Amino acid sequence: MFRPQPIHGESMAGSSEFTGVDFYDMDGLLSEEERAVRDTVRAWVDADLMPVIGTCYVEGRFPKQLIPGMAELGLLGANLPEKYGCAGLNNVAYGLIMQELERGDSGIRSFASVQGALVMYPIHAFGSEAQRLHWLPRLASGTEIGCFGLTEPDFGSNPAGMLTTARETSDGWVLNGTKMWITNGSQATVAIIWAKTGAIDDVASIRGFIVPTGTPGFTAKDQKGKLSLRASDTSELHLQDVHVPKDALLPNSGGIKSPLMCLTQARYGIAWGAVGAAMACFDEARRYALNRVMFARPIGQTQLQQERLANMLTEITKGQLLVLQLGRLKDQGTMKPAQVSLAKRNNVNMACECARESRRLLGANGILIEYHSMRHLANLESVYTYEGTHDMHSLILGQEITGLAAY
Amino acid sequence: MKIAVCLRRVPDTTTKIVIGADGVSINEAGVKFVPNPYDEYALEAAIALKDAAGSGETIVVALGEDAVQETLRTALAMGIDRAIHLQGKPSADGLENARLLAAHLASLNCDAVLFGKLAVDDYGQQTGAMVAELMGLPCATAVAKLEVSGGRATTEREVEGGVEQAGCALPAVFTCDKGLNNPRLPSLKGIMAAKKKPLDIVPVSAGSGQVAIVSLALPAERAAGRIVGEGAAAVPALLQLLTSEAKVL
Repeated sequence: MFRPQPIHGESMAGSSEFTGVDFYDMDGLLSEEERAVRDTVRAWVDADLMPVIGTCYVEGRFPKQLIPGMAELGLLGANLPEKYGCAGLNNVAYGLIMQELERGDSGIRSFASVQGALVMYPIHAFGSEAQRLHWLPRLASGTEIGCFGLTEPDFGSNPAGMLTTARETSDGWVLNGTKMWITNGSQATVAIIWAKTGAIDDVASIRGFIVPTGTPGFTAKDQKGKLSLRASDTSELHLQDVHVPKDALLPNSGGIKSPLMCLTQARYGIAWGAVGAAMACFDEARRYALNRVMFARPIGQTQLQQERLANMLTEITKGQLLVLQLGRLKDQGTMKPAQVSLAKRNNVNMACECARESRRLLGANGILIEYHSMRHLANLESVYTYEGTHDMHSLILGQEITGLAAY
Repeated sequence: MKIAVCLRRVPDTTTKIVIGADGVSINEAGVKFVPNPYDEYALEAAIALKDAAGSGETIVVALGEDAVQETLRTALAMGIDRAIHLQGKPSADGLENARLLAAHLASLNCDAVLFGKLAVDDYGQQTGAMVAELMGLPCATAVAKLEVSGGRATTEREVEGGVEQAGCALPAVFTCDKGLNNPRLPSLKGIMAAKKKPLDIVPVSAGSGQVAIVSLALPAERAAGRIVGEGAAAVPALLQLLTSEAKVL
């Protein structure tokens, strides 16, 4: 088995360590604290995730044993306030967490995205103070695992068409419906379920509910046969006459806008995460190109591979600067959802291209699980499709440009 | 229990070193600096000793120019209580640096002073022992195990083919080796909390001492390997080269 050797001129110690990709001194645009957060997550990924990710991926299982460590470092809901047991980071630092996690694997980043942006965020944004105080510290510490139930079998890009209902009773609510493609679904202890409280065509009646997954009538089923995000738990949720108390309702949620606000948070993290996956692939391709000798010279000395590497570095650098400015806008409170669409669309597509080119540069070795590019490539096909498909983000941007909705 | 840790800021071991224009220092542009890895064992040991004692204080001390404050904050983010920056350019003579450290450590009245066994940039391996001597304290170097009870410390260090045990009364100085513990990563809350912890700046001036760096040079590049054949067919040629050329057989 070919193993990458230390790159000529670099020291032996730690030479297989991922040291990032920073061609435009983006580090100089980060605060000391943002760099410290990035370095901590990078070190955690090297120490705890990389040794197990290949096996988990092949075996199709989420590395659940890593959750306590992630929580202890404060990776869950890290941009929410300290008052609720969270780290209280800014959005750039939060983005860097997503970048570093996805440098390891999109499935691990997805876990953190869902917990933070799709479960903790809606409780923080739409929940009562009592709900926040009850749930957020438990979710931050990983003692509760959350999932987000919006997508349904027949309503993916058009979530407003959902068929799940919530009917008010004298002492609470009764939920019925089916949710699909739910990350963390089977391991979740609590679900944020979106349902219509009015008529089936009444989009304004969509509300969010906090539903403990142990509630009678709630079942989750693993979605089998995935060729992507294999180290992630993806499930189908069935709700049959699920009774929850009145205080399960997120009181400040209302209409399709509420879940879409959650998706803007998650997509923001994905735009950063994709950069991490692309950086991992570029790093692997560069090391391999310098060490793999063919026709008596490293393949990195051939023009075709150099063009591949030049294209990857160029696109990664553009993607890095894009998300950094997006993060600064988010921290200022001026970020628009369409700007998130642009970044998610561009960066995930860019990462797909980098993963594909890296896998090709790696030749036959590139199809093995010992290398990372093909795993990233397969993962990124899901990332391209979820949280607003690439095509839907084209249409969101089209609408932003013309004022005309094409969907 | 009151414990001080002396910390060095060193280039990351994955950094590609470029020698500066003066020929006696490295060009720091684009170099990533990290806490000296052996000092991380000392930091972790200090936090653990204080936790085990149930009370006390941990203090991290570093001599250096202003950039060392970032490294001090990394230690604070790991959980050290406060930091002291001895602000000034370190001398090439370790004894001069040890004198500055010893003078300031004496005023802290610690039960233990911890160092890494060496700093991975210059491999000097002298500061810890020199500080102990200057302070008149016992010293155990390269400890891979450190236990404290009843005002005494028991240490172990790995020696060729075995383990050497030692004991001494506190206060004492220890230099820490790999294997002592598994240093924690700074948590995100720790990073946020570090900004609010005290970092006192004390201007100092190191004497020039009796050692000067005359020049720095990069190690010679390794020659390319040679493939003498494949499988069993390569064995005779390999044996011949190991005998006649490498002279190891």
